[in-house]
Amino acid sequence: MKQQIPLVLVFVFGVLLAIQYFVPSEPSQRFYEVALDGLTVIGIFAMVLGIWSQIHVGYNKIKRRAEDWQYSVVTLVSMFGMAFCGLSFMGGLNGPIFRQLYNNIFIPIQAAIFSLLAFYIASASYRAFRARSAVSTVLLVAALLLMLRVIPTGPLADPINQIGSWMLMVPNMAAKRAILIGVGLGSVATALKIVLGIERSYLGKD
Amino acid sequence: MTFHDKLLALDRRWVFLVLAIFVILPILPFVKFSVPVTPVKEVREIYDFIEGLKPGDYILLSLDYDPGSMAELHPVAYAMLEQCYAKKLKVITLTLSATGAQMVEEIVRDVADSCKIYHGFKPERGIDYVYLGYKPYPGIIILGMGMNFRIPFPQDYYGTTLDSIPMMRGIKNYDNVKAVINLSAGNVSDMWVADGNARYGVKLALAMTGVMAADYYPYYQSKQVFGIIGGMKGAAEYEKLCKNPGSATDAMKAQVFAHVVIIIFIIIGNLAYFLGRRKTAQTQESE
Repeated sequence: MKQQIPLVLVFVFGVLLAIQYFVPSEPSQRFYEVALDGLTVIGIFAMVLGIWSQIHVGYNKIKRRAEDWQYSVVTLVSMFGMAFCGLSFMGGLNGPIFRQLYNNIFIPIQAAIFSLLAFYIASASYRAFRARSAVSTVLLVAALLLMLRVIPTGPLADPINQIGSWMLMVPNMAAKRAILIGVGLGSVATALKIVLGIERSYLGKD
Repeated sequence: MTFHDKLLALDRRWVFLVLAIFVILPILPFVKFSVPVTPVKEVREIYDFIEGLKPGDYILLSLDYDPGSMAELHPVAYAMLEQCYAKKLKVITLTLSATGAQMVEEIVRDVADSCKIYHGFKPERGIDYVYLGYKPYPGIIILGMGMNFRIPFPQDYYGTTLDSIPMMRGIKNYDNVKAVINLSAGNVSDMWVADGNARYGVKLALAMTGVMAADYYPYYQSKQVFGIIGGMKGAAEYEKLCKNPGSATDAMKAQVFAHVVIIIFIIIGNLAYFLGRRKTAQTQESE
């Protein structure tokens, strides 16, 4: 039963929603609205599950004094602290406490983490961009030309811009389109396998 | 250890230090120079589209990025929002990024305030613009808005029901907006293309971080999106088109220096690699 009910539900809703996409009628639209409501409800359950999982993992790590357990304390205190400060009696999401935490702690932390990317890219470029073979030389030249696009190069600016745009619009697009078509066909195949009950890994091991 | 061996084994902290110096140097107040910016076609098309709209036309700005991507996407958000307000368009804003709700609210408020200084009027909330706030699960929200904005957003960010907001009366779904402009730092752009454009045929343009831009050019060529603003460069180009140079134009100086440093490091790394290879070949020959 634990296996069959989810399989039947997935089959029924998978087939109905696929049909619904091609039938622009009033009942079909109503069914679509109901399905969207259902998706939202499932999403809310997933969020509760995620929060519970975070608390559970963090709590166990602290209890067992596992390696780097201090980070879990910071995670849980931050999670509950931000949620508490966002409650209406504390002023809500637009209240001064939440705003202060958001503007003076959260934003700088996020910006700092993202800015580290530039340093790692620089270090990785130095080590990895080597003309070891014909293919890696092509990659190297393409990367250099695209980087040169943002640098004022005087009389060379126009040809570099044109070459950069050509690289984005022709070879890049050809490769990306092939990948996208592959991903699309793969997604359709996987969806069909799930709807037809061939792929069952989402049901877990029990 | 030879010189090129030392170069090949260079501690990455030296790379970090040199890059840090060259990123900080150009943004110091006493360093005066500017980077020439030439808007490309895919950026210009978004600007021209908004310029071509009539006062009172509706446009939806979905600002789906978090504070981590502020440097690249904030300038576009500010310039575009000011352009829309100045054109007297009706602007619907929202965010599908969990950590962007307060940030976007500040942008919407800031730009409305600055309009009073630069354009002599202040757009009013509920009449000239509306901020719907944040809702989780972007794919579901985009699909829901295709039927009715009221399904995912029965109220705006401030708790006012959509039906009691003057600007939203009679505005049901994407059919009532001229276009959606999505500013994104993640896969929400894919959802806008697949769920917004492919399913509901909404006219769509994208602004995104530099590392993402190359991924979305196939959608531009297939006309699923009518424009792309990529990274700091795209943001600076948009600021130039709006005749509103801001933080992206300033930050281009740091970006140019950072790129030059990275290119020099790549050249040094390759020189060291070839010198090392030649030395190895010579040693093998002599043996």
